[in-house]
Amino acid sequence: MNYFIIGFYALLIGGSSLAAYYQKRTAFILLFSLTLVSFVMGIVGGEAMLWTVTIGAGLIAFSAGVSYSFREFLVVILPPNGAKAMRTAPLTAGFGLFVIFTYAIAGIFAPIIAPFGEAEVISSAFAPADENMLLGADQLGRDMFSRIIYGARNTVGLALLATILAFVMGATAGLYAATKGGKLDQLLGRIVDVIMSIPSLIFSLLLLSIFGTNTVTLIIVIAIIYAPRVFRLARSVGGNVVVMDYIEAAKLRGEGTWYLIRKEILPNSTAPLIAEFGLEFCFVFLLVAGLSFLGLGIQPPTADWGSMVRENATLISFGEITPLIPAGAIALLTVAVNFVVDWMLYRSSGLKE
Amino acid sequence: MGDIAGIVLKRLGLGLITLLVISIIIFGAVEFLPGDLAQAVLGQGATEENLAAFRKQLGLDRAAPIRYFEWLGNAVTGDFGNSLVSQKPVSEAIGERFGNTLFLALYAACIAVPIAIFLGVLVALYRNSVFDRVANVMTLTSISSPEFFLGYILILFISVKWEMFPAIAKIDDGMTLMEKLNRTFLPALTMVLVVVAHMMRMTRASIINLLASPYVEMARLKGVPAWKVIVKHTLPNAWAPVINVIAMNLAYLITGVVLVEVVFVYPGIGQMLVDSVSKRDFPVVQACCLIFAATFILLNLAADVGSILTNPRLRHPK
Amino acid sequence: MSQDKSVLLNIKNLIIEGYSDEKWVGIVHGVDLTLHRGEVMGLIGESGAGKSTIGLAAMGFTKDGCRIGEGSSIEFDGMELTTTPESDLQSLRGARIAYVAQSAAASFNPAHKLIDQHTEAPIQYRIKKRLESQEDAMELYERLRLPNPKEIGFRYPHQVSGGQLQRAMTAMAMACRPDLIIFDEPTTALDVTTQIEVLSAIRDIVDQFDTAALYITHDLAVVAQMADVIKVLLKGNEVEEADTRTMLENPQDDYTKSLWAVRDFKRDQKPRPSDDTALVTVKNVDASYGDTPVLHDVSFDIYRGMTVAVVGESGSGKSTVARCITGLLPPTKGEILFQGEALPPDYRDRTKDQLRQAQMIYQMADTALNPKVKICDIIGRPAQFYSGLHGPALKNRVDELLDLIELDPSKYYNRYPPELSGGQKQRIGIARSLAAEPTFIICDEVTSALDQLVAEGILRLLDKLQNELDLSYMFITHDLATVRSIADEVVVMQYGKVVEQGPKDEMFTPPHHEYTDLLLSSVPEMDPDWLTTLLDERGTDSTD
Repeated sequence: MNYFIIGFYALLIGGSSLAAYYQKRTAFILLFSLTLVSFVMGIVGGEAMLWTVTIGAGLIAFSAGVSYSFREFLVVILPPNGAKAMRTAPLTAGFGLFVIFTYAIAGIFAPIIAPFGEAEVISSAFAPADENMLLGADQLGRDMFSRIIYGARNTVGLALLATILAFVMGATAGLYAATKGGKLDQLLGRIVDVIMSIPSLIFSLLLLSIFGTNTVTLIIVIAIIYAPRVFRLARSVGGNVVVMDYIEAAKLRGEGTWYLIRKEILPNSTAPLIAEFGLEFCFVFLLVAGLSFLGLGIQPPTADWGSMVRENATLISFGEITPLIPAGAIALLTVAVNFVVDWMLYRSSGLKE
Repeated sequence: MGDIAGIVLKRLGLGLITLLVISIIIFGAVEFLPGDLAQAVLGQGATEENLAAFRKQLGLDRAAPIRYFEWLGNAVTGDFGNSLVSQKPVSEAIGERFGNTLFLALYAACIAVPIAIFLGVLVALYRNSVFDRVANVMTLTSISSPEFFLGYILILFISVKWEMFPAIAKIDDGMTLMEKLNRTFLPALTMVLVVVAHMMRMTRASIINLLASPYVEMARLKGVPAWKVIVKHTLPNAWAPVINVIAMNLAYLITGVVLVEVVFVYPGIGQMLVDSVSKRDFPVVQACCLIFAATFILLNLAADVGSILTNPRLRHPK
Repeated sequence: MSQDKSVLLNIKNLIIEGYSDEKWVGIVHGVDLTLHRGEVMGLIGESGAGKSTIGLAAMGFTKDGCRIGEGSSIEFDGMELTTTPESDLQSLRGARIAYVAQSAAASFNPAHKLIDQHTEAPIQYRIKKRLESQEDAMELYERLRLPNPKEIGFRYPHQVSGGQLQRAMTAMAMACRPDLIIFDEPTTALDVTTQIEVLSAIRDIVDQFDTAALYITHDLAVVAQMADVIKVLLKGNEVEEADTRTMLENPQDDYTKSLWAVRDFKRDQKPRPSDDTALVTVKNVDASYGDTPVLHDVSFDIYRGMTVAVVGESGSGKSTVARCITGLLPPTKGEILFQGEALPPDYRDRTKDQLRQAQMIYQMADTALNPKVKICDIIGRPAQFYSGLHGPALKNRVDELLDLIELDPSKYYNRYPPELSGGQKQRIGIARSLAAEPTFIICDEVTSALDQLVAEGILRLLDKLQNELDLSYMFITHDLATVRSIADEVVVMQYGKVVEQGPKDEMFTPPHHEYTDLLLSSVPEMDPDWLTTLLDERGTDSTD
């Protein structure tokens, strides 16, 4: 028994007792279950495991703190409407927004932030971190940190472009089909059913093997594969709006289809469509990352998170976490977007009642 | 019961048509190659004679529809032609690897399905509690992580640091089942992590949906005890959504396996597909795609038929 | 009948809160309620009044995301429900307090037979054995006048009609002979003619077993038939309570008065203008949805400046006629004439001017106005679209229209529909149709979603506009009060056919076609003796 272990348990048990005394049910359950888990982990993994638990808890507490301050920051700077929504947002949503914000900054100002160019060889292969290279060098001796910053621009940018394209195609077709109805609607529905019954990763592999892997093809192929999902959602959201009497009134007035979509349907479908955009982005982003990881996505020497994982994968067997960093960057952004989408969906479902 | 048989038959027919359309897409896609297959394989430098000879060898001199029906006819009997790279029959290579992939998927499913359904029902029953919120954050994190991220984390900790399970999942026929299970534990666990998260969320959503239905509220207002509400009023109506969740996730397992196989160097059909795509070995790509798509459609079909068969409204027609 | 009139349910300062936007918001704010044995209390109020919430609270039950607030007391037969553990509450429910839900179709479990759901509670509480309970169910089915009482229980819910399900659910509530039944809008989803059967069945059985009941509804005429005492609620607060007759004859509160206000607006019947062709003629129209025929040989005329009311129950095809006239559903046979000339059957083939001439006002102003569009644009768009107005001319026109519907332009010009009350929204709907400068307006149940006073205001407005602008109306309605006040001619429809038509005064004086008679007599009236009298007249034995 050393001081760390004694302090560790003292803190947890003291915390749980305080929580119980002040009737903070949630805090008590969290702290006490953490205590119990630590008992088990401590016995199995010893002191090292307890350190891991401490660091993990510290990280969670730190991100909670960051999310809290970022949320308060947004409450202060946003106009009254947005501020009201933010005030009731859960911490996870604050965290998500903060991460998205950070990535956006990194992506937009990549050349300024990154100390080296993305293809610049500055040292020997797999050189360890030093004062020049925050995260060390990759398999060709390029600065890992700079490449991760550039990856925010390349990987996210490509996924974003593909999502936007898929979204524009899918949403337009979906709303159009919902408004027009009839044969065209059915035909589009059938086509979408067929495309969606091929698993997306498999379909993209097939198409990429044929059309080759350059950035433009990649974006178009991914957009074609994901547009049907957007179509389905837009079709059903639009379908719910189209049955409203105000649409009937506008149709009977003699309004054209475009007017109906733009002025009557779109304003009433924005909330679910924005949430869907977030979800769709996650899918596309994971697919792009997966393809790059397989060597079929963004091609070298462009810095890209998926291929960086693959290129540095051998380091894993030496117990190095370097390849996990770009993979973690992918996971972190997807989690962040999902948190925000989760909150938005919760809000829109709550407002309906 | 004639009614229900009709609906099921109709659904099966629709599935068959979808499969046919997809086979056309898979076959037709290759026709879109810039130049043609021969050109793509032999490259720009190939002479005219070489190209002609190669075309003849592949039967490219005949019309596309004829070749399609031939290809489809052969595919149905399990003959996918010869690999362009190894010149060996595709079916030979695929046969064994497909078995491996199914083994891995089944392994993962056996662990994932019971856990996911159990936990999903649990979070649905205790919704909005701390437990539910923590589960929500954890499942969201898990489905947001690329499979290779989870895979490498597992390798780093379980294999490299603690040396509990092997990182490379090489298996062959000579191994005992236990040995195979041990070797493939990490890839299976990776898939379990992702699939459990997906399934838990879906199970939770459908159970909550069921619990909110007026007849469940009615049962509670009738004084039916809580366990009986679940067993008698929720379960009989829960089959359709649960079957759906299972089938969708099995389908996901079959296709999501591609990335996991590459991470763990597992000799499955997914890795083969990726290799063939980079080598532009089209007969193999086509065969793999067809197998994946067929599995996917079959599972979706099974889900639909399952929910038709368990629907009380259809089981007891007016 | 038992003479024991002790207090059965005593609710004091009931507070119920719901969780929304991360905080608790009050739904019911301190309501008191006392119910004696064998007494039927009607809880009435518009949606959001908290009446269903109170009904559930009487069983010690709150919906998910709701809770009973501090200081509330619910005493049932001497037992304090707010402090009773859930397991004891559960054995109270079904056995001593039963519940009848609004939608029987959704509240029966689709996976089990009716009788199995019926016998569940009695077997659970060991009140009866399965066979006994089944026999009791059959007897209750018979008392509730369900067809085939011996067999109907062995069907699945989806194999039985809505009105029958509602009675089966009442039977189920009676299974343990409870002391108290909560009826939550049990007839709202039913047609008037079906409603009568269910109402009389419920009233008889409650009488026979001397069961106390809370009868929750928004329909005043219905509650007048069912309840001994009426409590009026508004936004989670009690407005007033009195026994039924006193309440109907002498309401105290202004809100109650507005609910009870008998419409005194009645316009004299106008004759058809002579030597004039009809403005709109529906001529031998057949129509169908897919393969299901809905209209058979429907014909009637609408003359300039007149109001024709088309009445019938749901499924009678009255709204389908409107869809045929507007061109949303091209007839399979027959034609629609406008000033003697045939209109193209599909609205897409009609000219802008033909579309402009016929306008429509909808039942639900909520769905008829786009919530994301400003009032000025809603009203301005037709003026812009048909007359090409823009800039200051358009603004003047919108102001003029707002004046016409008696809303202050400076106040409403830039507002959005969700900020308006139901009556105001309906007025905006009227303004939108007027903006097209039509000659003919179809009014689809325009007053049925509104309070009596507001509805009357709308009818007066429509009448004023008719006189000023020489408009013709087609009123689709099931409300005979509306017909009486504003119609000149009446068309009665059933199963897609015109059963009877003629001038209003003729239609309201016997003799009638059999169905017209049934329809006219089935609409509940605000007279507590109406149902009794009616059943006596119809010769149904109401006391068994």
